[in-house]
Amino acid sequence: MARYGPERVVLSADDIDRALARIAYQLIETNRGADDLVLIGVPTRGVPLARRLGGLIEEASGHPTPVGQLDITLYRDDLRRQPTRTVMPTSIPCDIDGRVVVLVDDVLYSGRTVAAALDALKDYGRPRRIQLAVLVDRGHRELPIAADVVGKELPTRSEERVQVRLSELDGTSQVSIMAPESDSQ
Amino acid sequence: MKHLLSTADLDWDQANALLDTAEQMAAVLTRPIKKIPALVGRTIVNLFFEDSTRTRNSFELAERRLSADSISVTARGSSVSKGESMRDTMQTLEAMKVDCFVIRHASSGALEQATGWTDAHLVNAGDGWHEHPTQALLDAFTLRRHFAAVGHPGLEGKHVAIVGDLLHSRVVRSNVWLLHTLGATVSLVAPATLRPAGVETWPVQVTEDLDSVLPQVHALMMLRVQRERMSGGFFPTAREYTEFFGLTPARLRLLSPRAAICHPGPINRGVEISAEAADSAQSLILDQVAAGVPVRMSVLFHLLSGADEGLK
Amino acid sequence: MTDLLLRGVQLADGSHRDLALRGELLVDPADLGPGHRTVAADGLIGLPGLVDLHTHLRQPGGEDAETVASGTRAAARGGYTACFAMANTDPVADTAEAVSHLAELGRREGWAEVVPVGAITKGLAGQELAELGLMHRAGVNLFSDDGRCVQNAQVMRRALEYVSDFGGVLAQHSQDDDLAGPTACCHESAIGGRLGLPPWPAAAESVIVARDIELARLTGGRLHVCHVSSAESVELIRWAKARQLPVTAEVTPHHLLLGTAELEGYDTTYKVNPPLRTDEHIEALRQGLVDGVIDAVATDHAPHTPEDKDHPFDVARPGMIGLEQALAVVIETMVASGRLDWSGLVERMSTAPARIGRVADRQGRPLEPGQPANLVLIDPSRRQVVDRAASWSQARNNPYHGRDLPDPVLATFWRGRATYGWDNL
Repeated sequence: MARYGPERVVLSADDIDRALARIAYQLIETNRGADDLVLIGVPTRGVPLARRLGGLIEEASGHPTPVGQLDITLYRDDLRRQPTRTVMPTSIPCDIDGRVVVLVDDVLYSGRTVAAALDALKDYGRPRRIQLAVLVDRGHRELPIAADVVGKELPTRSEERVQVRLSELDGTSQVSIMAPESDSQ
Repeated sequence: MKHLLSTADLDWDQANALLDTAEQMAAVLTRPIKKIPALVGRTIVNLFFEDSTRTRNSFELAERRLSADSISVTARGSSVSKGESMRDTMQTLEAMKVDCFVIRHASSGALEQATGWTDAHLVNAGDGWHEHPTQALLDAFTLRRHFAAVGHPGLEGKHVAIVGDLLHSRVVRSNVWLLHTLGATVSLVAPATLRPAGVETWPVQVTEDLDSVLPQVHALMMLRVQRERMSGGFFPTAREYTEFFGLTPARLRLLSPRAAICHPGPINRGVEISAEAADSAQSLILDQVAAGVPVRMSVLFHLLSGADEGLK
Repeated sequence: MTDLLLRGVQLADGSHRDLALRGELLVDPADLGPGHRTVAADGLIGLPGLVDLHTHLRQPGGEDAETVASGTRAAARGGYTACFAMANTDPVADTAEAVSHLAELGRREGWAEVVPVGAITKGLAGQELAELGLMHRAGVNLFSDDGRCVQNAQVMRRALEYVSDFGGVLAQHSQDDDLAGPTACCHESAIGGRLGLPPWPAAAESVIVARDIELARLTGGRLHVCHVSSAESVELIRWAKARQLPVTAEVTPHHLLLGTAELEGYDTTYKVNPPLRTDEHIEALRQGLVDGVIDAVATDHAPHTPEDKDHPFDVARPGMIGLEQALAVVIETMVASGRLDWSGLVERMSTAPARIGRVADRQGRPLEPGQPANLVLIDPSRRQVVDRAASWSQARNNPYHGRDLPDPVLATFWRGRATYGWDNL
């Protein structure tokens, strides 16, 4: 296990709130309203983000937006190289056929999680469109995948670690970067 | 976890992780598309040295739901005289690049021995009188759901009685270790002839008096009693067995109406359990059958894959 | 054969002596010719060659597991100069021709004396008596259906009566087939209950021991109880001996050392009949051996091929090898703890078995001039971690594999010939 040096905060709680508000508006704008939207968070931190976005979109559009979650553990193509973790529940809040599904995740990195989520979503229905909203895009894609809406572009080195904390799960909200101990000295 | 041989090898966290994942697998099975790609490219051999259509079907379905490639081999007998040893059988199959063997064997300890003969993962689908861990897990899964549904979730502090042929039952041993790990109190009920040597050293209460146990239990597990045990002199007649150890309609009324009734099947109606009890609203027998596939999916998933959030 | 002088050997009684070997005999050192080899044996102990009342040599019929040659080499490695070869070969040694053939094979290929044991019943089937008298005339005094127990009390009674006319001994494998059937493979105990292995209760042995003691009393026939494994059997034999009944008994090295807990991993190396038992039984066996209730240590050396053992526990063949480590185990369990001295060990591993098997005219003799040169030279301080691959036996079902045990035997001489360890001197 690599050890990491001190954290450098790149988004504060307020920054996160502002980023999410921007994402909510962009989603309403690009979809010309929120009527067809279904927000699906990818566990773990995509789930509270999706809930926050749902609230913001409802505030802005007056429409309640269905929010669900999709566990992609069973769909990852790199299962063999990963230690086991608990499979989280999946809940799809409504029929997604013909609707616009917005996948919500905290960090977009290799793109493999999103690819797995696209596979998983296929087994639940056939949306008209699938969009991707992420709080942070840190680069280093390994697959041809791009986000439709990004809260913050964050150039990183691949050895660095991006840590997202959300008050719902972690008590505080912030995004920080840590470099491995050896090269932070 | 490399193998699942015995529930005695599971700690509280591992047992609960298996049961939690089984819940998610059960959710998959409620979807229109009841298949996930979790074990794509993995090869599983169901090696049954003893026939058990029910258990084999359940494993096969679990493997297909997980997108594994699997075949089933019924290896008839493994007697010294037949030349090919169990070791030969396994090594021949393993040469075909097998990731996991699911093994049922009439002999206790066959899987423990097999750990020395293969690098593949092993899942115990029942070995002799010894263990049947996936049965115990599906029993625990069924009971956990039941207790959650009646508003008292969890197995901690619950009292479960297991009644019948303890001596020859692999289900009993696996259930005792697992229920104990999950914090339940276990009572075993059987005549002296059907109690294993040293049962008093197990973490259980032992009695021959079913009626005294019935009013206290949250769940009752009736075991199949095999008629051939009569000729072995373990008890005189089916009639006498039923009289003392059967869940008769009269005994059903001693049971709390909220207590669950389980049976690993197949049932001898009228011997260890009356039709009235087996078909009652308290009976979880069909739920147990339904739990087989998701629980076995969970076990195979945990053994054959790892998964975590990775570094983002 | 070069004459040999072993200088300064310590004997079982603690005295020191020069042992002179010429031809097949021990002689007065003064009688050795010029040109003999002299070996300084200071610090070494010389004991009469060991005698094993209970060996499975597997020939004929099981030569893939062991042969007369390989089995007796293992015996020589273990310090033995005689083995009683059990009758459960294929075909069964139940005729004069069969036992004569085996004795001849032993003379030709053996590294120790091979004393044939004749079957009690034809084909070990427990029904009709084998030709006990004809086998006796061919040199057999010890009869056994070992591997099986004579279940029928009437057959056992008749056999005891019949052999009493010529002083034969019946060595019984005591196992009630109803109480411990063909799948029984684990001492009935908490361990067995947890492992789910078919139980082999101690009582399945002692009920036969009790019955046979009564039959020995009834008939006056001589009974030898093979591989005693339970405390209850020891008590019954103690009772019989107190009444001067013609009963003797043996215990195996493995029952003196190994317990039921060895079965935890279902390693079939530890499957043996009767099964390994628990501490209270082990202690009773050790005490029985100290008290002389159990007369002899006998190995029940039972070689098996991997093909016989690579099976589920209840299916695999029972039996373990023991010739090479028997002395080590007795030293470890009995001598090191002070419960037996060297004389006591000699009595139980050489003199008594020779007497019981009626070969005391040539085996189990004191190390004195004029006696056959059957002896083993030991250094009890030597130790080794047992490696089954290094066995002289052809078989590898060695239950002591990986154990740190004494490795006492330096050299064995049978009829003046170094059958093991000439280069160690």
